[in-house]
Amino acid sequence: MNAVTTSRYVAEYDTLAPTLPGQSLSWLQQLRKDALAKFSANGFPSPREEEWRYTNVSVLEKKLFAPSLNPSISQTDTEALKAQQLDDAWSIVLINGHFSAQHSRLDRLPAGVTVTSMAVALGETQKLASLLETHLGQVVKNNEHSLVAFNTAWFTDGVLVHVPAKQILAKPIQIVHIVTETDAMATMRNLIIVDGMAEAQVIETFVGTDNAYLTSAVTEVFVGSNAHLTLTKMQVESEKAYHFGGTYIKQAKDARFTHHNFAFGGLLARSDIHTDLDQASECELNGLYLGIKRQHIDNHTRINHLKPYAISREMYKGVLDDRAKGVFQGRVIVAEDAQKTDSQMNNRNLLLSDDAEADTKPQLEIYADDVKCGHGVTVGQLDEKSIFYLQSRSVDEETARNMLTFAFANEMVDKIKIKSLHDKVLEQVLVRFPQEGVEKDWL
Amino acid sequence: MLSIKNLTVNVGDKQILKGINLEIKAGEIHAIMGPNGSGKSTLSHVLSGKAGYEVTGGSVTYQGKDLLDMPPEIRAREGVFLAFQYPVEIPGVSNIYLLKAALNAVRKHHGLSEVDAMDFLTLVKHKVKLLEMNEKFLYRAVNEGFSGGEKKRNEILQMAILEPKLCILDETDSGLDIDALKVVADGVNSLRSNDRGFLMITHYQRLLDYIKPDYVHVLANGRIVKSGGPELALELEEKGYSWLEGQVAA
Repeated sequence: MNAVTTSRYVAEYDTLAPTLPGQSLSWLQQLRKDALAKFSANGFPSPREEEWRYTNVSVLEKKLFAPSLNPSISQTDTEALKAQQLDDAWSIVLINGHFSAQHSRLDRLPAGVTVTSMAVALGETQKLASLLETHLGQVVKNNEHSLVAFNTAWFTDGVLVHVPAKQILAKPIQIVHIVTETDAMATMRNLIIVDGMAEAQVIETFVGTDNAYLTSAVTEVFVGSNAHLTLTKMQVESEKAYHFGGTYIKQAKDARFTHHNFAFGGLLARSDIHTDLDQASECELNGLYLGIKRQHIDNHTRINHLKPYAISREMYKGVLDDRAKGVFQGRVIVAEDAQKTDSQMNNRNLLLSDDAEADTKPQLEIYADDVKCGHGVTVGQLDEKSIFYLQSRSVDEETARNMLTFAFANEMVDKIKIKSLHDKVLEQVLVRFPQEGVEKDWL
Repeated sequence: MLSIKNLTVNVGDKQILKGINLEIKAGEIHAIMGPNGSGKSTLSHVLSGKAGYEVTGGSVTYQGKDLLDMPPEIRAREGVFLAFQYPVEIPGVSNIYLLKAALNAVRKHHGLSEVDAMDFLTLVKHKVKLLEMNEKFLYRAVNEGFSGGEKKRNEILQMAILEPKLCILDETDSGLDIDALKVVADGVNSLRSNDRGFLMITHYQRLLDYIKPDYVHVLANGRIVKSGGPELALELEEKGYSWLEGQVAA
């Protein structure tokens, strides 16, 4: 590890600490103390670390973001928030890193299902406090990387979702994070627990108004035995924003986990998605990143096959235009004990301009001897033969290019089963690329 | 309808077409036959506007207009249709979407309004039946995962819906078994009319048993070396191409 000058953020910590939730919980104080110590020692990740080779975060130190204490929101910004809220979901809203009861819609949650603010849960009943103590910081440790430690030390709020055993939720749960203040730092910690044989769909939406700000969001996920969780991350931050997100999943035996990661916003956006697979569990990781202008979008996935018979399927697609840069690093690790693993990882990149860049690095680490593992990576441009074919059928060249670009991206959008969410995501794809000649209901 | 005069075409430094002359009138079916490498596909590509070919001389006039001056999509909208030898697979774009986009582009070009959704569906389903295709094909991605025969039928389906004026069929018979060939030929024959011209490019006589041409031309080494009626195709089937290639060299 390289020597680091003490981060300016550490110097600010003491003034902030008393305002953070969970003051009376000694286990949490210990967790935060440990996190702060790790962050102080290491500072922000350096490009010299392999996992951060393509993404330089030194800008975070140059520009000091300050935690916002303000959960209020103007009328105009409320519109931006509402535009992302799904009508047919329970939604819980965080504004500038703080829960807003006023904007959340949680009525008629089934008995036994918990969807609540992390700060509220940490200050409240014995029952939730013990659930948090046994789960928080258990899927991802502070030493995973400095931004996880940063998140543990600083988080002001977040969301706790608990779906009890055998509960099948009729509607999705949407967690909406919105940041409306310039130079604000919004640090959220979410915990999603889906007990055995339960089924749930959770959506994390990240949105912001047209400012520079920092989002740090870590979500820990437990999927119980025979449970099925579909988690969608829709990251449509402001194009001046910095987004550091991590989703860390622990899957029990026979658990199923489906993830859709739509990384569309942010000037610099990084997401880590790690999942640990127990015996015969299944995960499907889907991703779509769209970069325009000077966006830098980085996605890291890690799939840990720890036990036999687990299945993993991964498909990440990127469309990069202008001077945008996309990074994909995908690791699949098959432990010695994980015989009969079945794993497939793919990353496909479409470059629309000469100045766009895709850095892709698939890694397979296999320690078992009876496994089926594959991976494929492509970086390319639109196929000229396809463009000519469409032209020969009367479609002009520009429309042909748009059609093929949308078709490429739409494959990932089409995997969303919730209609209202599908339409929101498609809308976000369409605003990012020229859509002349392409009808919205085109498929 | 189509008048090709002394057309010469290069690919890179190599001259592929060395002075083609051909007149196609409305209502006529012309077959161009020739050995591999004679320039047959180059001719179809140049007529449809594919990039990568340099026209070094001559002219192509289509319905009184300079065809070579038009971008590929304008040629298509003006009624030139190329049925590809190797139709391209386009994942993510459904057949029915492409058909509708194509038909509307043609209609718009001619100052017509967009096709009514119900009328369109009725039209498409009728044509699908004609080509003995499964309606499910309409909702699949263009040519994706289609067999060779299905791809060729799909080309003829597009042609039947767009109703072009000049149909260029590039090796439409290749990769077809005899049953599929009959279906495709029936589809083509149903489109024969007094105001439509056909240019069929083929290596074998077989296709011409089902689609009877008015004229047969032999292309060899970049030139049309012999023209005649349908009987010429039979002669070629019997003797092969070498006797004609010999004539060119002389």
